[in-house]
Amino acid sequence: MKLLVPVKRVVDYNVKVRVKPDGSAVETAGVKMSMNPFDEIAVEEAVRLKEKGIATEIIAVSAGVAACQETIRTALAMGADRGILVETDAALEPLSVAKILKALVQKEAIDLVVMGKQAIDDDMNATGQMLAALLGWPQGTFASKVEIADGKATIIREIDGGNETIALALPTVITADLRLNEPRYASLPNIMKARKKTIDTLTPADLGVDPAPRLTTVKVSEPPARKAGVKLADVAALLDKLRNEAKVI
Amino acid sequence: MTSLVLLDYDAAGIKQPARSAVAAAAKLGEVHVLVVGENIAATAEAAAKLAGVSKVLAADRAAYAHPLAEPLAALVVGLAGGYSHILSASTATGKNVMPRIAALLDCQPISDISDVIDADTFVRPIYAGNALATVKSSDAKKIITVRAASFDPAEATGGSATIEAVSGDTANTGSTYLSSEIAKSERPELTAAKIIVAGGRGMQNGENFTKLIDPIADKLHAAVGASRAAVDAGFVPNDYQVGQTGKVVAPDLYIAIGISGAIQHVAGMKDSKVIVAINKDEDAPIFQIADYGLVGDLFTILPELDKAL
Ligand SMILES: Cc1cc2nc3c(=O)[nH]c(=O)nc-3n(C[C@H](O)[C@H](O)[C@H](O)COP(=O)(O)OP(=O)(O)OC[C@H]3O[C@@H](n4cnc5c(N)ncnc54)[C@H](O)[C@@H]3O)c2cc1C
Ligand SMILES: Nc1ncnc2c1ncn2[C@@H]1O[C@H](COP(=O)(O)O)[C@@H](O)[C@H]1O
Repeated sequence: MKLLVPVKRVVDYNVKVRVKPDGSAVETAGVKMSMNPFDEIAVEEAVRLKEKGIATEIIAVSAGVAACQETIRTALAMGADRGILVETDAALEPLSVAKILKALVQKEAIDLVVMGKQAIDDDMNATGQMLAALLGWPQGTFASKVEIADGKATIIREIDGGNETIALALPTVITADLRLNEPRYASLPNIMKARKKTIDTLTPADLGVDPAPRLTTVKVSEPPARKAGVKLADVAALLDKLRNEAKVI
Repeated sequence: MTSLVLLDYDAAGIKQPARSAVAAAAKLGEVHVLVVGENIAATAEAAAKLAGVSKVLAADRAAYAHPLAEPLAALVVGLAGGYSHILSASTATGKNVMPRIAALLDCQPISDISDVIDADTFVRPIYAGNALATVKSSDAKKIITVRAASFDPAEATGGSATIEAVSGDTANTGSTYLSSEIAKSERPELTAAKIIVAGGRGMQNGENFTKLIDPIADKLHAAVGASRAAVDAGFVPNDYQVGQTGKVVAPDLYIAIGISGAIQHVAGMKDSKVIVAINKDEDAPIFQIADYGLVGDLFTILPELDKAL
């Protein structure tokens, strides 16, 4: 079974981002970039499926600027077999990414796509669902457990109020939630080995995709700031404030 | 210009986030709502009473007993023709289905909006709410999920909409519902609660939630929330999680106990009216956004608080 794992290069989750003074975007110059945390979980799940003998090949793909190579290398060091960079300087929306991924799924005859549920920069939570729709495949979003057997995937999904178990006919798209697994750190030998793995480079045009965005950003602003309040001496002082000043209890 | 709102509900009725989605839609013009499920007559009646709703579309079929993305999306796409905007709350169902609908209509979804500027222009938080993007869509139809905490819910009564039965393509491309585990609780839902008492890794275990947080929550008629660390450690179920990837809440009062205040947690609660932090580390980042702080050991503070309430 051939797996595709899309990995996005994003501002590292520990960075507190700042809005550019001109309000055009968030400042990303000189900021630490990493693989989207949900995509690390997706890569880990794919590698485990290979270790179990279910997956035969894992292709990691990233769409974006040339530096997305690094993100693909990280996936290769974790255990993906080869990479594809779909290089563009255009800002990509989930719709464009889904179209790019659809073309790759068809080109590479992919049986299963495992990806993150959400990119922590745009917080869209959309690409996986859109890819499944474009392919006419079923979708298994927000997965916290995945089992593949007898031509289907049985997944536990995190939903409001609890969990849901559904079965999906293969081929399918699965999006990873936080509790699916604990991603491994790439070992030094594996990082060395990953350097020899191939990364092919394509463009959106090679795949017949026009990445023109449908959303234009009018402006980006800082959210209203909260000020630090007061530290109180004891429970009595707290209750007094809550009752008489804030009047919330 | 008419909007269609896909309504979230459960056995207890129409969910508050769904009423917030109706409120967001009402800013755009006329509002129709779609109720999908099996044996939904009572829910459709309740939907017809929602303030600001002029028509209820009711799709009542066994195939819709569980909100699977494939048949739901097929149904909505079939109904999409007359609508300029299709919205739902950013609930698990909304997040699952709306992007699928958008892709089938060749539109870019506009996720988790926190404000409506005009028919094409919306505000949405990005980077875990550390920035707000104002975006303008050029798509013919806008497919939108709504951050419930940012819109006062539409009143549950006052409307008198007509109810119309609809059916659609139940095409299911291969998903089957097997089972679900829904935590039963007497407490208010996190996204609807006026007060939330939340615990983090500092709580040490699940028994401490039961022993120390539950009695306080009971006295305050509050919901109980948690950080990801507390959920991952198995102290409480996953749907307690507040944050970038959990629930986004904006109660009148949020009490964060043994929670450090990581960006991803703060993303889900910083719009609360009043924030209280209880933490033994006086430098914990949570104090930077808390209105009132108590520095100290939660194992002495919580029993005192319980007694004093
Ligand atoms: C992609 C991604 C998404 C994430 N999404 C979320 C999310 O949605 N929600 C979320 O919460 N997190 C999320 N996280 C995790 C987040 O980064 C933090 O790891 C998490 O919020 C920490 O939880 P905590 O504050 O309970 O634990 P810690 O950071 O370990 O803090 C524990 C706190 O308890 C205090 N404490 C300990 N003992 C006591 C005591 N006896 N008395 C008083 N205080 C005490 C400590 O001083 C400390 O401040 C996400 C992370 C990533 C990478
Ligand atoms: N430019 C990209 N390159 C590769 N994968 C991506 C890209 N954008 C989004 N994805 C994938 O889609 C998931 C959801 O992203 P989003 O819909 O933007 O929140 C991510 O976790 C990735 O797996």
